[in-house]
Amino acid sequence: MKLIESTLEPQFASVEHVRADFPILKLQVDGKPLVYLDNAASSQMPQPVIDRLVRYQTTQHANINRGVHYLSETATAEYEESRRKLQRFINAREDREVIFTSGTTDAINLVMHGYGRKFIGAGDEIVLTTLEHHSNIVPWQMLAEEKGARIRVVPINDAGELLVDEYEKLFNERTKFVGVMHVSNALGTVNPIKPMIAFAHARGIPVLIDGAQAAPHMNIDVQDLDCDFYTFSGHKLCGPTGVGILYGKAEMLERMQPFKGGGDMILSVTFEKTIYNTIPHKFEAGTPPIAAAIGLGAAVDYLLAIGMDAIASHETQLLNYATEQLNGLSGVRIIGTAPAKIAVLSFVIEGVHPHDIGTLLNQEGIAVRTGHHCVQPVMLRLKVPATTRASFAFYNTIAEVDALIAGLRTVQKIFA
Amino acid sequence: MNTKLNTKSLYQEVILDHNRKPRNYGTLDKASHHAVGHNPLCGDHLDVALNLDGERIDNIAFHGESCAICKASASMMTSVVKGKTRADVEILIREFRDMAIGKLDLDGSHHLGRLTVFAGVHDLPTRVKCAILPWHTLHAALNSVVSTSTEAEDDPMHAAIGDA
Repeated sequence: MKLIESTLEPQFASVEHVRADFPILKLQVDGKPLVYLDNAASSQMPQPVIDRLVRYQTTQHANINRGVHYLSETATAEYEESRRKLQRFINAREDREVIFTSGTTDAINLVMHGYGRKFIGAGDEIVLTTLEHHSNIVPWQMLAEEKGARIRVVPINDAGELLVDEYEKLFNERTKFVGVMHVSNALGTVNPIKPMIAFAHARGIPVLIDGAQAAPHMNIDVQDLDCDFYTFSGHKLCGPTGVGILYGKAEMLERMQPFKGGGDMILSVTFEKTIYNTIPHKFEAGTPPIAAAIGLGAAVDYLLAIGMDAIASHETQLLNYATEQLNGLSGVRIIGTAPAKIAVLSFVIEGVHPHDIGTLLNQEGIAVRTGHHCVQPVMLRLKVPATTRASFAFYNTIAEVDALIAGLRTVQKIFA
Repeated sequence: MNTKLNTKSLYQEVILDHNRKPRNYGTLDKASHHAVGHNPLCGDHLDVALNLDGERIDNIAFHGESCAICKASASMMTSVVKGKTRADVEILIREFRDMAIGKLDLDGSHHLGRLTVFAGVHDLPTRVKCAILPWHTLHAALNSVVSTSTEAEDDPMHAAIGDA
Protein backbone atom coordinates (compact mmCIF):
# COMPACT_ATOMS: atom_id res chain seq x y z
CA MET A 1 0.00 0.00 0.00
CA LYS A 2 1.24 3.45 -0.88
CA LEU A 3 1.93 5.74 2.01
CA ILE A 4 -0.27 8.77 2.17
CA GLU A 5 1.91 11.85 2.16
CA SER A 6 1.19 13.77 5.32
CA THR A 7 1.38 17.52 5.56
CA LEU A 8 1.37 17.32 9.33
CA GLU A 9 5.11 16.99 10.01
CA PRO A 10 5.34 18.43 13.50
CA GLN A 11 7.15 21.54 14.61
CA PHE A 12 10.25 19.59 15.49
CA ALA A 13 12.58 21.15 12.99
CA SER A 14 15.40 18.75 13.64
CA VAL A 15 13.69 15.34 13.65
CA GLU A 16 15.68 14.21 10.60
CA HIS A 17 18.81 15.70 12.15
CA VAL A 18 18.08 13.81 15.37
CA ARG A 19 17.47 10.55 13.48
CA ALA A 20 20.90 10.85 11.89
CA ASP A 21 22.35 10.37 15.39
CA PHE A 22 20.84 6.87 15.66
CA PRO A 23 22.72 4.38 13.48
CA ILE A 24 20.23 1.59 14.17
CA LEU A 25 17.37 3.58 12.62
CA LYS A 26 19.04 3.11 9.22
CA LEU A 27 18.44 -0.66 9.41
CA GLN A 28 16.38 -2.48 6.84
CA VAL A 29 14.21 -5.38 8.03
CA ASP A 30 13.36 -7.84 5.27
CA GLY A 31 14.14 -5.11 2.76
CA LYS A 32 11.85 -2.59 4.50
CA PRO A 33 13.09 0.42 6.45
CA LEU A 34 12.90 -0.24 10.18
CA VAL A 35 9.99 1.54 11.87
CA TYR A 36 10.83 1.24 15.54
CA LEU A 37 7.73 1.72 17.69
CA ASP A 38 8.73 -0.34 20.73
CA ASN A 39 10.37 2.47 22.67
CA ALA A 40 8.46 1.78 25.88
CA ALA A 41 10.22 -1.59 26.00
CA SER A 42 13.64 -0.14 25.20
CA SER A 43 14.80 2.94 23.33
CA GLN A 44 17.68 3.15 20.87
CA MET A 45 21.12 4.60 21.51
CA PRO A 46 22.50 7.69 19.73
CA GLN A 47 26.07 7.85 18.43
CA PRO A 48 27.32 10.25 21.16
CA VAL A 49 26.38 7.68 23.82
CA ILE A 50 27.94 4.84 21.84
CA ASP A 51 31.07 6.99 21.43
CA ARG A 52 31.15 7.70 25.14
CA LEU A 53 31.05 3.97 25.94
CA VAL A 54 33.89 3.35 23.49
CA ARG A 55 35.96 6.24 24.90
CA TYR A 56 35.48 4.96 28.44
CA GLN A 57 36.38 1.43 27.50
CA THR A 58 39.37 2.42 25.36
CA THR A 59 40.91 5.13 27.57
CA GLN A 60 39.39 5.26 31.05
CA HIS A 61 38.45 1.84 32.34
CA ALA A 62 39.51 0.40 35.68
CA ASN A 63 37.68 -0.55 38.85
CA ILE A 64 36.46 2.39 40.89
CA ASN A 65 36.84 3.50 44.52
CA ARG A 66 39.88 1.39 45.27
CA GLY A 67 42.89 1.92 43.05
CA VAL A 68 45.40 4.70 43.63
CA HIS A 69 46.44 4.58 40.00
CA TYR A 70 45.54 6.90 37.15
CA LEU A 71 42.86 4.75 35.50
CA SER A 72 41.06 3.95 38.72
CA GLU A 73 41.00 7.61 39.69
CA THR A 74 39.77 8.57 36.23
CA ALA A 75 37.04 5.93 36.19
CA THR A 76 35.92 6.91 39.70
CA ALA A 77 35.77 10.58 38.76
CA GLU A 78 33.76 9.85 35.59
CA TYR A 79 31.40 7.55 37.46
CA GLU A 80 30.75 10.19 40.11
CA GLU A 81 30.40 12.89 37.46
CA SER A 82 27.69 10.74 35.88
CA ARG A 83 25.94 10.55 39.24
CA ARG A 84 25.91 14.36 39.36
CA LYS A 85 24.47 14.49 35.83
CA LEU A 86 21.63 12.23 36.95
CA GLN A 87 21.21 14.36 40.06
CA ARG A 88 20.72 17.46 37.89
CA PHE A 89 18.48 15.55 35.46
CA ILE A 90 15.92 14.90 38.20
CA ASN A 91 16.82 17.97 40.31
CA ALA A 92 17.79 15.98 43.38
CA ARG A 93 19.07 18.06 46.27
CA GLU A 94 22.32 16.10 46.66
CA ASP A 95 24.29 13.65 44.55
CA ARG A 96 24.38 11.11 47.38
CA GLU A 97 20.61 10.74 46.91
CA VAL A 98 21.23 9.09 43.53
CA ILE A 99 22.02 5.36 43.65
CA PHE A 100 23.06 3.41 40.60
CA THR A 101 21.09 0.18 40.34
CA SER A 102 20.81 -2.35 37.53
CA GLY A 103 17.45 -0.87 36.56
CA THR A 104 13.99 -0.04 37.82
CA THR A 105 13.24 -3.58 38.98
CA ASP A 106 16.46 -3.66 40.98
CA ALA A 107 15.68 -0.23 42.46
CA ILE A 108 12.21 -1.28 43.62
CA ASN A 109 13.63 -4.46 45.11
CA LEU A 110 16.22 -2.33 46.90
CA VAL A 111 13.47 -0.23 48.50
CA MET A 112 11.47 -3.34 49.37
CA HIS A 113 14.45 -4.94 51.14
CA GLY A 114 16.01 -1.76 52.51
CA TYR A 115 12.89 0.03 53.68
CA GLY A 116 10.05 -2.48 53.52
CA ARG A 117 11.66 -5.32 55.43
CA LYS A 118 12.75 -2.93 58.16
CA PHE A 119 9.65 -0.79 58.57
CA ILE A 120 6.67 -2.84 57.32
CA GLY A 121 5.28 -5.57 59.54
CA ALA A 122 2.34 -7.87 60.19
CA GLY A 123 -1.03 -6.29 59.51
CA ASP A 124 0.51 -3.25 57.80
CA GLU A 125 -0.82 -2.14 54.42
CA ILE A 126 0.94 -1.22 51.20
CA VAL A 127 -1.02 0.82 48.65
CA LEU A 128 -0.34 0.04 44.97
CA THR A 129 -2.41 0.71 41.84
CA THR A 130 -4.05 -1.47 39.22
CA LEU A 131 -1.76 0.12 36.62
CA GLU A 132 1.49 -1.09 38.19
CA HIS A 133 4.03 -3.04 36.19
CA HIS A 134 4.66 -6.50 37.63
CA SER A 135 7.98 -5.14 38.90
CA ASN A 136 6.13 -2.83 41.30
CA ILE A 137 3.74 -5.59 42.40
CA VAL A 138 5.74 -8.76 42.87
CA PRO A 139 8.42 -7.42 45.28
CA TRP A 140 5.66 -6.07 47.55
CA GLN A 141 3.77 -9.35 47.36
CA MET A 142 6.94 -11.13 48.46
CA LEU A 143 7.23 -8.71 51.38
CA ALA A 144 3.55 -9.07 52.26
CA GLU A 145 3.90 -12.82 52.31
CA GLU A 146 7.02 -12.70 54.45
CA LYS A 147 5.66 -10.20 56.97
CA GLY A 148 1.95 -10.90 56.92
CA ALA A 149 1.31 -7.46 55.46
CA ARG A 150 -1.50 -6.63 53.06
CA ILE A 151 -1.62 -5.01 49.62
CA ARG A 152 -4.41 -2.55 48.80
CA VAL A 153 -5.01 -1.66 45.15
CA VAL A 154 -6.20 1.64 43.68
CA PRO A 155 -8.76 0.91 40.95
CA ILE A 156 -8.91 2.53 37.50
CA ASN A 157 -11.76 3.63 35.26
CA ASP A 158 -12.44 2.39 31.72
CA ALA A 159 -10.18 5.08 30.27
CA GLY A 160 -7.25 3.76 32.28
CA GLU A 161 -7.13 6.57 34.85
CA LEU A 162 -6.54 6.06 38.56
CA LEU A 163 -9.59 6.73 40.74
CA VAL A 164 -8.00 9.21 43.12
CA ASP A 165 -11.05 9.30 45.43
CA GLU A 166 -10.70 5.56 45.88
CA TYR A 167 -6.98 5.98 46.52
CA GLU A 168 -7.72 8.37 49.35
CA LYS A 169 -10.29 5.99 50.83
CA LEU A 170 -7.69 3.21 51.08
CA PHE A 171 -5.70 5.04 53.75
CA ASN A 172 -6.07 4.00 57.36
CA GLU A 173 -3.88 3.69 60.46
CA ARG A 174 -2.33 0.49 59.06
CA THR A 175 -1.13 2.14 55.82
CA LYS A 176 2.67 2.16 55.77
CA PHE A 177 3.79 2.62 52.17
CA VAL A 178 2.61 3.77 48.73
CA GLY A 179 3.97 2.65 45.34
CA VAL A 180 2.68 4.33 42.16
CA MET A 181 3.91 4.44 38.61
CA HIS A 182 4.32 7.91 37.13
CA VAL A 183 3.25 6.84 33.63
CA SER A 184 1.53 3.60 32.61
CA ASN A 185 3.69 1.44 30.35
CA ALA A 186 0.69 -0.28 28.79
CA LEU A 187 -1.73 2.63 28.38
CA GLY A 188 0.40 5.78 28.51
CA THR A 189 -1.71 7.35 31.29
CA VAL A 190 0.14 10.09 33.18
CA ASN A 191 -0.91 9.71 36.80
CA PRO A 192 -1.57 12.70 39.11
CA ILE A 193 1.30 11.71 41.37
CA LYS A 194 1.95 15.12 42.92
CA PRO A 195 -1.39 15.39 44.76
CA MET A 196 -1.23 11.66 45.53
CA ILE A 197 2.19 12.15 47.16
CA ALA A 198 0.93 15.18 49.10
CA PHE A 199 -2.07 13.19 50.34
CA ALA A 200 0.16 10.34 51.58
CA HIS A 201 2.64 12.75 53.17
CA ALA A 202 -0.13 14.51 55.07
CA ARG A 203 -0.53 11.14 56.80
CA GLY A 204 3.21 10.53 57.16
CA ILE A 205 3.33 7.76 54.56
CA PRO A 206 6.34 7.49 52.23
CA VAL A 207 5.81 7.18 48.46
CA LEU A 208 7.83 5.39 45.78
CA ILE A 209 7.32 6.52 42.19
CA ASP A 210 8.13 4.11 39.36
CA GLY A 211 9.28 6.57 36.72
CA ALA A 212 10.48 4.07 34.11
CA GLN A 213 8.04 5.37 31.48
CA ALA A 214 8.10 9.02 32.57
CA ALA A 215 11.78 9.92 32.70
CA PRO A 216 12.32 9.49 28.92
CA HIS A 217 9.46 11.84 28.05
CA MET A 218 9.21 14.77 30.47
CA ASN A 219 11.02 16.96 32.95
CA ILE A 220 11.35 15.21 36.30
CA ASP A 221 11.80 17.32 39.43
CA VAL A 222 11.93 15.09 42.49
CA GLN A 223 12.05 18.07 44.86
CA ASP A 224 8.93 19.55 43.34
CA LEU A 225 7.19 16.15 43.41
CA ASP A 226 8.48 15.64 46.96
CA CYS A 227 8.44 11.85 46.44
CA ASP A 228 10.54 9.75 48.81
CA PHE A 229 11.78 7.45 46.06
CA TYR A 230 11.90 7.75 42.27
CA THR A 231 13.22 5.05 39.94
CA PHE A 232 13.94 4.64 36.24
CA SER A 233 16.02 2.56 33.82
CA GLY A 234 18.85 3.69 31.57
CA HIS A 235 17.90 1.66 28.53
CA LYS A 236 14.53 3.36 28.11
CA LEU A 237 16.38 6.68 28.13
CA CYS A 238 18.72 6.16 25.17
CA GLY A 239 21.29 4.72 27.57
CA PRO A 240 22.71 1.23 28.04
CA THR A 241 20.97 -1.77 29.60
CA GLY A 242 22.07 -2.93 33.03
CA VAL A 243 21.91 0.45 34.72
CA GLY A 244 19.17 2.48 36.37
CA ILE A 245 18.60 4.97 39.11
CA LEU A 246 17.08 4.95 42.53
CA TYR A 247 16.58 8.43 43.87
CA GLY A 248 15.83 8.49 47.58
CA LYS A 249 15.62 11.35 50.03
CA ALA A 250 18.84 11.28 52.06
CA GLU A 251 17.03 10.90 55.36
CA MET A 252 15.09 7.91 53.98
CA LEU A 253 18.19 6.23 52.56
CA GLU A 254 20.05 6.71 55.82
CA ARG A 255 17.29 5.01 57.83
CA MET A 256 17.28 2.00 55.49
CA GLN A 257 19.18 -1.25 55.88
CA PRO A 258 21.51 -2.34 53.05
CA PHE A 259 20.05 -4.58 50.34
CA LYS A 260 23.10 -6.39 49.05
CA GLY A 261 26.19 -7.07 51.09
CA GLY A 262 29.69 -6.99 49.69
CA GLY A 263 32.61 -4.79 48.83
CA ASP A 264 32.32 -0.98 48.55
CA MET A 265 29.23 -0.86 50.76
CA ILE A 266 31.30 -1.16 53.93
CA LEU A 267 33.60 1.09 55.94
CA SER A 268 35.19 -1.76 57.87
CA VAL A 269 34.75 -5.49 58.14
CA THR A 270 35.79 -7.91 60.83
CA PHE A 271 34.16 -11.26 61.50
CA GLU A 272 32.73 -9.70 64.65
CA LYS A 273 31.20 -6.59 63.12
CA THR A 274 30.83 -4.75 59.84
CA ILE A 275 30.29 -1.01 59.65
CA TYR A 276 28.36 0.05 56.60
CA ASN A 277 29.46 2.81 54.28
CA THR A 278 27.60 6.09 53.92
CA ILE A 279 24.99 6.66 51.21
CA PRO A 280 24.98 6.20 48.27
CA HIS A 281 27.78 3.60 48.63
CA LYS A 282 25.85 1.64 51.25
CA PHE A 283 23.56 0.56 48.42
CA GLU A 284 26.17 -0.07 45.74
CA ALA A 285 27.75 -3.36 46.78
CA GLY A 286 30.33 -4.87 44.48
CA THR A 287 31.65 -3.44 41.25
CA PRO A 288 28.81 -1.47 39.65
CA PRO A 289 28.14 -1.29 35.90
CA ILE A 290 30.68 1.52 35.53
CA ALA A 291 30.59 1.79 31.74
CA ALA A 292 26.80 1.71 31.68
CA ALA A 293 26.54 4.34 34.41
CA ILE A 294 28.88 6.65 32.48
CA GLY A 295 26.94 5.93 29.30
CA LEU A 296 23.72 6.88 31.08
CA GLY A 297 25.30 10.20 32.01
CA ALA A 298 26.06 10.78 28.33
CA ALA A 299 22.47 9.82 27.43
CA VAL A 300 21.14 12.41 29.86
CA ASP A 301 23.46 15.03 28.34
CA TYR A 302 22.10 14.12 24.91
CA LEU A 303 18.46 14.39 25.96
CA LEU A 304 19.01 17.69 27.74
CA ALA A 305 20.76 19.10 24.68
CA ILE A 306 17.61 18.39 22.65
CA GLY A 307 15.47 19.56 25.55
CA MET A 308 12.81 17.61 27.41
CA ASP A 309 10.19 20.20 26.47
CA ALA A 310 11.00 19.85 22.76
CA ILE A 311 10.87 16.05 23.16
CA ALA A 312 7.51 16.22 24.92
CA SER A 313 6.05 18.57 22.34
CA HIS A 314 7.17 16.45 19.37
CA GLU A 315 5.88 13.27 20.99
CA THR A 316 2.53 14.88 21.77
CA GLN A 317 2.09 15.71 18.10
CA LEU A 318 2.93 12.11 17.19
CA LEU A 319 0.41 10.87 19.77
CA ASN A 320 -2.35 13.17 18.58
CA TYR A 321 -1.80 12.31 14.92
CA ALA A 322 -1.53 8.56 15.58
CA THR A 323 -4.64 8.59 17.80
CA GLU A 324 -6.63 10.36 15.10
CA GLN A 325 -5.40 7.96 12.41
CA LEU A 326 -6.08 4.84 14.51
CA ASN A 327 -9.55 6.06 15.38
CA GLY A 328 -10.15 6.38 11.66
CA LEU A 329 -9.68 2.62 11.13
CA SER A 330 -12.86 0.61 11.53
CA GLY A 331 -12.71 -2.28 13.99
CA VAL A 332 -9.80 -0.73 15.87
CA ARG A 333 -10.24 0.21 19.53
CA ILE A 334 -7.65 2.16 21.51
CA ILE A 335 -7.13 0.82 25.02
CA GLY A 336 -6.27 3.66 27.38
CA THR A 337 -7.96 6.94 26.54
CA ALA A 338 -6.97 9.19 29.42
CA PRO A 339 -6.69 12.88 28.47
CA ALA A 340 -3.23 12.98 30.05
CA LYS A 341 -1.07 10.51 28.11
CA ILE A 342 2.40 10.08 26.75
CA ALA A 343 2.91 8.72 23.24
CA VAL A 344 1.88 5.13 23.90
CA LEU A 345 -0.95 3.59 21.90
CA SER A 346 -2.34 0.26 22.99
CA PHE A 347 -5.08 -1.08 20.77
CA VAL A 348 -7.04 -4.13 19.72
CA ILE A 349 -8.38 -5.01 16.30
CA GLU A 350 -11.65 -6.89 16.12
CA GLY A 351 -11.09 -10.48 15.02
CA VAL A 352 -7.29 -10.32 14.95
CA HIS A 353 -5.09 -11.52 17.78
CA PRO A 354 -2.29 -9.10 18.78
CA HIS A 355 0.40 -11.70 18.10
CA ASP A 356 -0.77 -12.06 14.51
CA ILE A 357 -0.75 -8.26 14.19
CA GLY A 358 2.80 -8.14 15.56
CA THR A 359 4.09 -10.82 13.20
CA LEU A 360 2.44 -9.25 10.16
CA LEU A 361 3.64 -5.72 11.03
CA ASN A 362 7.14 -7.15 11.40
CA GLN A 363 6.92 -8.20 7.76
CA GLU A 364 6.56 -4.48 6.98
CA GLY A 365 9.61 -3.66 9.10
CA ILE A 366 7.44 -2.27 11.91
CA ALA A 367 8.44 -3.17 15.47
CA VAL A 368 5.62 -3.11 18.03
CA ARG A 369 5.03 -4.95 21.28
CA THR A 370 2.21 -7.44 21.65
CA GLY A 371 0.91 -9.28 24.69
CA HIS A 372 0.09 -8.33 28.26
CA HIS A 373 3.00 -5.86 28.69
CA CYS A 374 3.78 -7.21 32.20
CA VAL A 375 0.54 -5.69 33.49
CA GLN A 376 -1.86 -8.63 33.69
CA PRO A 377 -4.10 -6.85 36.27
CA VAL A 378 -4.66 -4.00 33.78
CA MET A 379 -5.58 -6.45 31.00
CA LEU A 380 -7.97 -8.25 33.36
CA ARG A 381 -9.60 -5.00 34.45
CA LEU A 382 -10.06 -3.69 30.90
CA LYS A 383 -11.20 -7.15 29.74
CA VAL A 384 -8.66 -7.58 26.96
CA PRO A 385 -6.42 -10.68 26.95
CA ALA A 386 -3.65 -8.76 25.21
CA THR A 387 -3.06 -5.65 23.13
CA THR A 388 -0.76 -4.39 20.41
CA ARG A 389 1.28 -1.44 21.63
CA ALA A 390 2.98 1.21 19.52
CA SER A 391 5.19 3.40 21.70
CA PHE A 392 6.93 6.46 20.31
CA ALA A 393 10.17 8.31 20.95
CA PHE A 394 11.31 11.78 19.90
CA TYR A 395 13.07 10.29 16.86
CA ASN A 396 9.87 8.86 15.38
CA THR A 397 8.17 10.67 12.52
CA ILE A 398 4.70 11.30 11.15
CA ALA A 399 5.71 9.15 8.15
CA GLU A 400 6.29 6.26 10.56
CA VAL A 401 2.78 6.71 11.96
CA ASP A 402 1.54 6.51 8.38
CA ALA A 403 3.56 3.31 7.87
CA LEU A 404 1.94 1.81 10.97
CA ILE A 405 -1.56 2.69 9.74
CA ALA A 406 -0.79 1.26 6.30
CA GLY A 407 0.52 -1.90 7.96
CA LEU A 408 -2.66 -2.24 10.00
CA ARG A 409 -4.76 -1.85 6.85
CA THR A 410 -2.78 -4.74 5.34
CA VAL A 411 -3.42 -6.84 8.45
CA GLN A 412 -7.14 -6.13 8.23
CA LYS A 413 -7.16 -7.05 4.56
CA ILE A 414 -5.46 -10.40 5.25
CA PHE A 415 -7.91 -11.22 8.03
CA ALA A 416 -10.99 -9.85 6.25
CA MET B 1 10.15 -28.81 -0.39
CA ASN B 2 11.64 -25.56 0.73
CA THR B 3 12.39 -25.93 4.42
CA LYS B 4 13.17 -22.24 4.84
CA LEU B 5 9.67 -20.87 4.47
CA ASN B 6 9.45 -17.21 5.30
CA THR B 7 6.82 -15.62 7.47
CA LYS B 8 4.81 -14.51 4.46
CA SER B 9 4.01 -18.11 3.65
CA LEU B 10 2.93 -18.73 7.24
CA TYR B 11 -0.29 -16.76 6.86
CA GLN B 12 -1.42 -18.86 3.91
CA GLU B 13 -5.05 -19.11 2.90
CA VAL B 14 -5.40 -22.56 4.49
CA ILE B 15 -4.33 -21.17 7.89
CA LEU B 16 -6.50 -18.07 7.53
CA ASP B 17 -9.42 -20.27 6.55
CA HIS B 18 -9.06 -22.55 9.58
CA ASN B 19 -8.79 -19.45 11.76
CA ARG B 20 -11.97 -18.00 10.29
CA LYS B 21 -13.91 -21.27 10.37
CA PRO B 22 -12.24 -23.53 12.92
CA ARG B 23 -13.23 -27.21 12.61
CA ASN B 24 -14.26 -29.18 15.71
CA TYR B 25 -14.59 -25.94 17.66
CA GLY B 26 -16.58 -26.31 20.86
CA THR B 27 -17.00 -28.80 23.67
CA LEU B 28 -17.92 -32.51 23.91
CA ASP B 29 -20.93 -33.70 25.89
CA LYS B 30 -18.92 -36.55 27.30
CA ALA B 31 -15.15 -36.69 27.06
CA SER B 32 -12.91 -39.51 28.24
CA HIS B 33 -9.83 -37.26 28.12
CA HIS B 34 -9.45 -33.54 28.60
CA ALA B 35 -6.71 -30.94 29.17
CA VAL B 36 -6.21 -27.18 29.11
CA GLY B 37 -2.96 -25.85 27.71
CA HIS B 38 -1.60 -22.42 28.59
CA ASN B 39 0.95 -20.33 26.74
CA PRO B 40 2.49 -18.38 29.62
CA LEU B 41 4.17 -16.04 27.12
CA CYS B 42 0.91 -14.45 26.02
CA GLY B 43 -1.78 -15.79 28.33
CA ASP B 44 -3.49 -17.72 25.54
CA HIS B 45 -5.21 -20.92 26.53
CA LEU B 46 -6.73 -23.86 24.73
CA ASP B 47 -9.12 -26.54 25.95
CA VAL B 48 -8.93 -29.93 24.21
CA ALA B 49 -11.48 -32.68 24.93
CA LEU B 50 -11.63 -36.08 23.28
CA ASN B 51 -13.31 -39.45 23.46
CA LEU B 52 -11.26 -42.62 23.11
CA ASP B 53 -13.03 -45.65 21.70
CA GLY B 54 -10.56 -48.34 22.68
CA GLU B 55 -7.27 -47.02 21.29
CA ARG B 56 -8.92 -44.84 18.65
CA ILE B 57 -9.92 -41.15 18.92
CA ASP B 58 -13.63 -41.30 18.31
CA ASN B 59 -14.35 -37.60 18.69
CA ILE B 60 -12.39 -34.46 19.57
CA ALA B 61 -13.15 -30.78 20.11
CA PHE B 62 -11.30 -27.65 21.20
CA HIS B 63 -12.03 -24.10 22.26
CA GLY B 64 -10.14 -21.23 23.84
CA GLU B 65 -8.55 -17.85 23.42
CA SER B 66 -5.69 -17.80 20.96
CA CYS B 67 -4.01 -16.28 17.93
CA ALA B 68 -4.66 -17.39 14.35
CA ILE B 69 -1.62 -19.66 14.25
CA CYS B 70 -2.72 -21.51 17.37
CA LYS B 71 -6.37 -21.74 16.38
CA ALA B 72 -5.59 -22.97 12.86
CA SER B 73 -3.12 -25.48 14.26
CA ALA B 74 -5.80 -26.79 16.66
CA SER B 75 -8.41 -26.89 13.93
CA MET B 76 -6.20 -28.84 11.53
CA MET B 77 -4.93 -31.07 14.31
CA THR B 78 -8.41 -32.11 15.39
CA SER B 79 -9.37 -32.82 11.78
CA VAL B 80 -6.30 -34.98 11.22
CA VAL B 81 -6.30 -37.01 14.46
CA LYS B 82 -9.98 -37.92 14.47
CA GLY B 83 -10.22 -41.70 13.83
CA LYS B 84 -6.52 -42.29 14.42
CA THR B 85 -5.07 -44.53 17.13
CA ARG B 86 -3.36 -43.13 20.15
CA ALA B 87 0.00 -44.53 18.95
CA ASP B 88 -0.33 -42.89 15.51
CA VAL B 89 -1.30 -39.60 17.14
CA GLU B 90 1.74 -39.64 19.41
CA ILE B 91 3.91 -40.02 16.29
CA LEU B 92 2.19 -37.01 14.71
CA ILE B 93 2.65 -34.97 17.90
CA ARG B 94 6.38 -35.72 17.87
CA GLU B 95 6.76 -34.98 14.17
CA PHE B 96 4.80 -31.72 14.42
CA ARG B 97 6.86 -30.55 17.33
CA ASP B 98 10.11 -31.44 15.55
CA MET B 99 8.93 -29.57 12.46
CA ALA B 100 8.04 -26.46 14.48
CA ILE B 101 11.47 -26.32 16.09
CA GLY B 102 13.22 -27.07 12.79
CA LYS B 103 14.41 -30.57 13.68
CA LEU B 104 12.34 -32.47 11.14
CA ASP B 105 13.66 -33.25 7.67
CA LEU B 106 10.65 -32.24 5.63
CA ASP B 107 12.07 -34.08 2.60
CA GLY B 108 12.39 -37.30 4.61
CA SER B 109 9.56 -39.61 5.54
CA HIS B 110 6.92 -38.26 7.88
CA HIS B 111 3.15 -38.32 8.31
CA LEU B 112 2.34 -34.61 8.51
CA GLY B 113 0.82 -34.12 5.06
CA ARG B 114 -0.68 -30.64 4.71
CA LEU B 115 0.27 -29.86 8.33
CA THR B 116 3.62 -28.83 6.83
CA VAL B 117 1.93 -25.50 6.15
CA PHE B 118 3.13 -24.66 9.68
CA ALA B 119 6.82 -25.25 8.89
CA GLY B 120 7.30 -21.46 8.61
CA VAL B 121 6.94 -20.92 12.38
CA HIS B 122 10.44 -22.30 12.72
CA ASP B 123 11.70 -18.90 11.53
CA LEU B 124 9.68 -17.11 14.22
CA PRO B 125 10.95 -18.36 17.59
CA THR B 126 8.31 -16.41 19.54
CA ARG B 127 5.52 -18.04 17.53
CA VAL B 128 6.68 -21.66 17.76
CA LYS B 129 4.72 -22.15 20.98
CA CYS B 130 1.55 -20.83 19.32
CA ALA B 131 1.63 -23.65 16.75
CA ILE B 132 2.70 -26.32 19.24
CA LEU B 133 0.24 -25.50 22.04
CA PRO B 134 -2.70 -27.58 20.69
CA TRP B 135 -0.43 -30.59 20.15
CA HIS B 136 1.01 -30.44 23.64
CA THR B 137 -2.46 -30.06 25.06
CA LEU B 138 -3.58 -33.13 23.12
CA HIS B 139 -0.54 -34.99 24.41
CA ALA B 140 -1.43 -33.95 27.97
CA ALA B 141 -5.05 -35.05 27.49
CA LEU B 142 -4.03 -38.44 26.12
CA ASN B 143 -1.73 -38.92 29.09
CA SER B 144 -4.44 -37.90 31.57
CA VAL B 145 -2.76 -34.67 32.63
CA VAL B 146 -5.81 -32.57 33.39
CA SER B 147 -6.55 -28.92 32.97
CA THR B 148 -5.56 -26.77 35.90
CA SER B 149 -2.23 -28.48 36.43
CA THR B 150 -0.43 -27.31 33.31
CA GLU B 151 2.20 -25.59 35.45
CA ALA B 152 2.79 -28.73 37.50
CA GLU B 153 6.16 -30.42 37.32
CA ASP B 154 4.76 -33.71 36.13
CA ASP B 155 3.09 -32.06 33.18
CA PRO B 156 4.59 -33.40 29.96
CA MET B 157 3.36 -30.39 27.99
CA HIS B 158 5.09 -27.98 30.28
CA ALA B 159 8.34 -29.88 30.09
CA ALA B 160 8.24 -30.27 26.34
CA ILE B 161 7.46 -26.59 25.71
CA GLY B 162 10.33 -25.62 27.94
CA ASP B 163 12.90 -27.25 25.72
CA ALA B 164 11.23 -26.20 22.47
